[in-house]
Parts: sequence; structure tokens; C-alpha cells
Amino acid sequence: MPSSETPPEPVAPEVAARRSAMALAGAATLAELEDVLARAGLSAEAEDLRVPETGLVMTRGRIGGDGRAFNFGEATVTRAAVRLPGGETGFAYHLGRDRPRARLAAILDAHWQNAETRPAVDAALAAVAARRQREAEGRARRVAATRVNFFTLARGED
Amino acid sequence: MYVAAKGGEAAIDNAHRLLAEIRRGDPVVPELSVAQIREQMSLLVDRVMTEGSLHDPDLAALALKQARGDVVEAVFLVRAYRTTLPHFGASEPVDTGAMTVSRRVSATFKDLPGGQVLGPTFDYTHRLVDFALTEGSIPEPAEEAEPGPDAGHCPRVTDILGQAGLLEPSPPEAGAPVGDLTREPVDYPADRAVRLQALARGDEGFVLALGYSTQRGYGRTHPFVGEIRFGTVALEFVPEELGFPVPLGEVPLTECQMLNQFRGSGEVPPQFTRGYGLVFGQGERKAMAMALVDRSLRAAELGEAVGAPAQDQEFVLAHCDSLQATGFVEHLKLPHYVDFQAELELVRRLRAEHEAAHAEPGEPLREAAE
Repeated sequence: MPSSETPPEPVAPEVAARRSAMALAGAATLAELEDVLARAGLSAEAEDLRVPETGLVMTRGRIGGDGRAFNFGEATVTRAAVRLPGGETGFAYHLGRDRPRARLAAILDAHWQNAETRPAVDAALAAVAARRQREAEGRARRVAATRVNFFTLARGED
Repeated sequence: MYVAAKGGEAAIDNAHRLLAEIRRGDPVVPELSVAQIREQMSLLVDRVMTEGSLHDPDLAALALKQARGDVVEAVFLVRAYRTTLPHFGASEPVDTGAMTVSRRVSATFKDLPGGQVLGPTFDYTHRLVDFALTEGSIPEPAEEAEPGPDAGHCPRVTDILGQAGLLEPSPPEAGAPVGDLTREPVDYPADRAVRLQALARGDEGFVLALGYSTQRGYGRTHPFVGEIRFGTVALEFVPEELGFPVPLGEVPLTECQMLNQFRGSGEVPPQFTRGYGLVFGQGERKAMAMALVDRSLRAAELGEAVGAPAQDQEFVLAHCDSLQATGFVEHLKLPHYVDFQAELELVRRLRAEHEAAHAEPGEPLREAAE
């Protein structure tokens, strides 16, 4: 349904929620994104505001970890921008060069903009979140096993 | 005399076809996939990303395949590829303190929040060739353990020590534009941000040798490894059309905090000074070498005597890039027929003059020489 009103200026919690949805979509595989769209019962029909393109983002660190910024390399990043038939616009910026994946994530971001479809998007993305969580926990457990436990040897005569 | 020559097109084409065949190797042996290189030659891929100065594991793996495993050639391919891409902007500075750590060790503090975490390391291996790897093998599954309550929180060692004033703080954010040697040529003296960028993409062998030279006495800095950490950090970018930081994904990084002795000066009390290293992927040796050279390049700033190669920023920055170095060295093998012909003419003329000069007094010089 077309929304003629311009959306209100996003408030911080909304931005935070959108960022987490974007992060999940960015971490999803193309198959996962297709699955999310299907499970949320959403259409992939959209018009390109910007044809997906790959470019460079200069990556920055900080001197000493917390000091002045410096450039330490670049990363390939693919971006896409779409508009749904209902007028919602969506964006995606992903590491790497996968254009179909970025376009699909942008479509998902656009559906997320719509208050009516947002819960369905969030619910479907939960599967990606669960997969990520499982992987992160497995990694953390394997890393934890390599943590050094120091013990002090008894010294002296007693 | 020389004759202008043209030709070689057919030979060049055929040389490239031969290269493709040789690159493939024995066709009886299965071909390597890019995914295999990415997954199983991952440290090589990391090195190509760091020195190619471009995070893209698949691209680095493909470049390695095309380059037959030649690191500098792969770096060349990656750097050439990046010139074909538009520049979107710069990321938000990564927060290495929030890194999801796979490895984190300190040589200076035994007990620290988050602990000493060895992660996947060659350290403490016996360096005996494992012939079992000749045949395909399925490794034993990695051991697991319950992460400690502080496992998710690994503050940087420098954050812990910094509070007592024993350690110099990081240079504060000045709000000035961040120098970028990919967009403007290096101006000497270069500031520390540009030096770090050059060192990050510098050839590992060169930076390692320079770091080593400081340990051997050519610009001694008395280093300790405050901390090395390897893991992933979230990379974020603020697109103009959105106006808030968008998560791009997770990037694997290695960071090295080197702590160095400093006796102090008129203005500054004695404290530890620091060198910093940051690279893509798991690149501990490179991050350490980078941190050593970063510190040695601060000699003038800290009022130390300057004279060693690793303290000379023009020497270091102008020679650390493997692509620039190989370009100038390897261009020597391209046809220099005309240059050489000119030199040949000159040497012939000098020899003729030399003979004429020495022929006159009945060859006494020659006897004297013998």
C-alpha cells in the first residue's frame, strides 16, 4: 500500500533496531535471505534506485587502538538501493562483491521500513540470528579451551 | 647503430598460453578451487589482503591462484583491481577493544581480564613436518570449554596500564583530515597516520627485517609485547543518504601493542612509549614488525638520536611497498636496447680515448700496473 506521508525523522531506538536488522541481513547467505523473504510472505518485487554496485570503503583504525584515526586498508563493499511498489525505500551496504545478495537485503530493509511488514521481517530474520548465535557460541567454546590457566607450583621444603 | 624493432606479439600470446598451462600444472592432479585456497591457505590470503591493502578474501584467493602463488604478483593483481572500483568513503574507525577475540596474549602481564587466550597458533608446535597431512586427514575436533564470565570482555592491555600514567596515552583525535597515501602522494615528514598506512601495506619481509634491525641495535627501542590480539571487529560506514552507521560486516584483524622503554625528557616524565600494528586477518608477525618500526620511526618525536635505517622515514616509507619495489626492479628486464646501445657507444668512445692516452709513452703504464 502506498504511503504518501514522509516518515518521521527516525528516532535513535528505531535506528538501532534497523541497524541490527541490517547487520543480520548482511550476515545472511543469499539462500537465507530468499528464505527470510519467503517465510515473511513478502514479494521481491522492487525497482532499483541504484543498480547494485561494488566499490571501496577505506577502513580506519585508531593509533594505539583508541587514538587518532588512520587508514590501514580498503575493503570491497557492495551497495544496493531499491524502492518497493508501496514506495518504501531500502538500502544495503555489505562487505564483498555479492550483488544479488545486497539487492535482496535492500528489499528486506525496505519491507522493514513498513510498520506492517516489520514484525514479519524481524521474525523471519530470527532464524539467521539463531544460526549466528550457534556459530558464535561454538567458536567461543573452542577458543575458551585454549585459555591458559596458570597455577603456582609449591616451592620450598614444607 | 641500432635498428628500431617491432614484433613479439605472437611470442607474447604464446607465452601467456604457456603460462596458463604451467599454472594449471599436471592435469592429472585435481585443480585448486578459489574456496580451497581461501580456506586452506588462509594466512597467505590474509597476507595478500594486507599488502594488497584490500579486504576481500575471495579476490585475494583468486589472485593467488592466477599468480601461481606469487605473493607480490597477487598483490599487483589486487591493487590493479581496486583501481577499477569507485570510492564510497571511509569507514568509522574500528573498535579493537570490542573485538570478538580468537587469540589474545600479553608478554608483559600474566593475569588480565579476558585472560591469555592462545587460539589457533603455531607457537609451541615442534615444527616437525607432519607427514600425516600428505594423505587427506580429518582433524580431531577442537576441544571445547565453557567460556569464563569475562571471556566476552577483553579490554586492551594498554587501557588497563594507561590509567597509572606509566604508559603514554594514544595520540588524541585532532579532528584533522586523515592522510591517505592512496589519494595523495606522501609528503615528508609524513605524520604517524600515513606512516602506519604505509607500514600496514608494506612488504612483510621488508618490515620484518627493519623491525629485526632495531632489536639488533640499529635504533634500539627496548620492546615488549604489551598485547597481540586476533579476532573479528564490526566494520561500519555512514552513507550520506542514511546518515547513521550501517554495519558492513565483520572483518578479521590482528592488532599488536608494543611497549617500549623511554627515559623521559625535559617535559615528559619517564614512562613506557608505544608502537602500534594493525593488519587484516591473522598476521601476527607483520603486526609485530609494524609496531616495532612504528615506534622506531618516532625517534625524532621522542628526542632520540636518529641514524638507523628503521628511524629514517623516507628510507622506510619509500621502500616498504612491494609493488613499487618490484615494479622498479623488474622493469630492468624489459627491453632497454636503445639505452644500452647509447651506453655501449659511450664505453667504446671512452675506451678509445683511454687507449689513445696510454699508447703514447711506449706502454710504461701497463708495466707499472703489472
